[in-house]
Amino acid sequence: MTFRRKLVATLVLAALLATAFFPALLSGAYGIGPGRVASIVWSKATGRPLPANVTRAQEVVVWRIRLPRVILAIVAGVALSVSGVAYQGCFRNPLVEPYILGVSSGAACGASLAIVFPAHFPGTQPTAFAFALAAVFLAYNLARNRGLISPMALVLSGIIVGALFSAAAGVMKYLAADSQLREITFWMMGGLYFADWGDVGLTLKAVLPAAILLWWYGWHLNVLSLGDEEARGLGVNPARSRLVIIVASTLAASVCVSVCGIIAWVGLMTPHAARMILGPDNRWVMPGAAALGAIYLLVCDTIARTLTMAEIPLGIVTSILGAPYLLWLLRSKGRELYAN
Amino acid sequence: MPTDGKILLSASNVRFSYGPKEALKGVSLEVAAGRLHGLLGPNGSGKTTLFKCCLGFLKPRSGTVSLAGLPVARLGPRRLAAQVAYVPQDHRPSFPYSVREMVEMGRTPHRGALPILSRRDREAVDRAIARLGLTAMAGDNYANLSGGERRLVLVARALAQEARVMFLDEPTSSLDFSNQLVVWEAIRAIAAEGLGVVICCHDPNHILWFCDEVTALKAGLALAQGPVGEVMAQGLLEDLYGRPIQTVTVGSRTFIYP
Repeated sequence: MTFRRKLVATLVLAALLATAFFPALLSGAYGIGPGRVASIVWSKATGRPLPANVTRAQEVVVWRIRLPRVILAIVAGVALSVSGVAYQGCFRNPLVEPYILGVSSGAACGASLAIVFPAHFPGTQPTAFAFALAAVFLAYNLARNRGLISPMALVLSGIIVGALFSAAAGVMKYLAADSQLREITFWMMGGLYFADWGDVGLTLKAVLPAAILLWWYGWHLNVLSLGDEEARGLGVNPARSRLVIIVASTLAASVCVSVCGIIAWVGLMTPHAARMILGPDNRWVMPGAAALGAIYLLVCDTIARTLTMAEIPLGIVTSILGAPYLLWLLRSKGRELYAN
Repeated sequence: MPTDGKILLSASNVRFSYGPKEALKGVSLEVAAGRLHGLLGPNGSGKTTLFKCCLGFLKPRSGTVSLAGLPVARLGPRRLAAQVAYVPQDHRPSFPYSVREMVEMGRTPHRGALPILSRRDREAVDRAIARLGLTAMAGDNYANLSGGERRLVLVARALAQEARVMFLDEPTSSLDFSNQLVVWEAIRAIAAEGLGVVICCHDPNHILWFCDEVTALKAGLALAQGPVGEVMAQGLLEDLYGRPIQTVTVGSRTFIYP
């Protein structure tokens, strides 16, 4: 595949994301015309006074509810996808993603500890991140046998570590007082229903630098995916590069979990789809998967909030759409996935 | 390219232990530009350990290794990779990289800060691919090539690395007869251009036919070292492998057989 064709494919994906953005902003339980939505967003973004015919309710729906939610869906899709690409490359394993490696359970466990024992931990977000990081390293080191890691061992140890941290989070729920229990449940449930500009700001601050750094490390990721000794022979320090990559991708994924709750499978699906379109070079897979993840979560979330009168949880929609895709992937490409 | 005869790799009195078990008990090695140096020895004799110490993968307990006069212990991975290239044993990567993408990774130590390749990098990649006759398959999936072709791609990658010393770990294992000869011819041609080449090899016949010098290792010690014609005698091989071994010379070729 030539550079030109990859560039065109990436631009097409970016254009698709832009086209998915507008219907998502326009659709919703409360009908508002496209012209009015545009004028609200325009005057809010540029700091001008609102046109006289815009009601307070319309302003709140478009600016306070829909726009942050749409942006948050995009940011979460990007974060889960780029961290999926990064984990798959640096663990040389096409089957891992943040959820499978225990990032979500680790973050949930850290957050519940910080909520139940606020005096001993430095706040919910940092504790969630630290525990997510601990979960990934634990899974990685448990899977290692004499310096070698088989793909299946890593998936299994990720599931085991995830179960361990989920159990610990369960203990915290048991110990929690009523108000803390409400806080823990709210934190774990997440979802995009409560998205506001504060959430957007928080996730962007973590996800944007992490995504750029991971793209910058795309070449290292290619070399790392050949194995540690080969990477060293090619002039890359495998331990140091892997540390940078794991910290950045765990930061992005755990912040997303903390705001949006657990959204499984996205980080597994989009890297594979991006590789099918763009080839295995991670410098291209990274932006391609980011665009696909953003489109996917945006479409799923729009379906989740508009399909029925009541809202369907996002995780259910992503799983219903994602499971058949993964099944197809496993049946048609299983041999490639399980190679080695 | 350095002139023929200049010492590119010199290891002196290298010792290494895995825990209490001493794997190398003071081995020295010198490889000059344009020379093919074979490492021979039974399994567990310390070949791989010596290899890894020279490449900087393992840190020797004592002794020094230097590449073109630079001490390996003080070079970072990137500067080390600009001096010495490593051709690993055969394996299939987890992701379907093309032949060209595999060879491009050889440019890692020469890359600038941006994650892209310069024109000079691309030219070096083109040259390496053409040099090993891989131009027609540059776009193919590396993992789907035959074992012999994959070995040639790894050699091309090492060539694109533009290092002065090349280490090959059993480059002809599990190849058919004709592919073994193709790979050996490619390696000889590369050495003739002025690189120092070190090869781990299990077949004493191959070392006898294709290498210039040999180091025979047993239990962490160099049993013999020098030009293959002088060192590869019947007595040494019997010592090395602990069983009777015969040699026969037909025309200009010597054969080793049980």
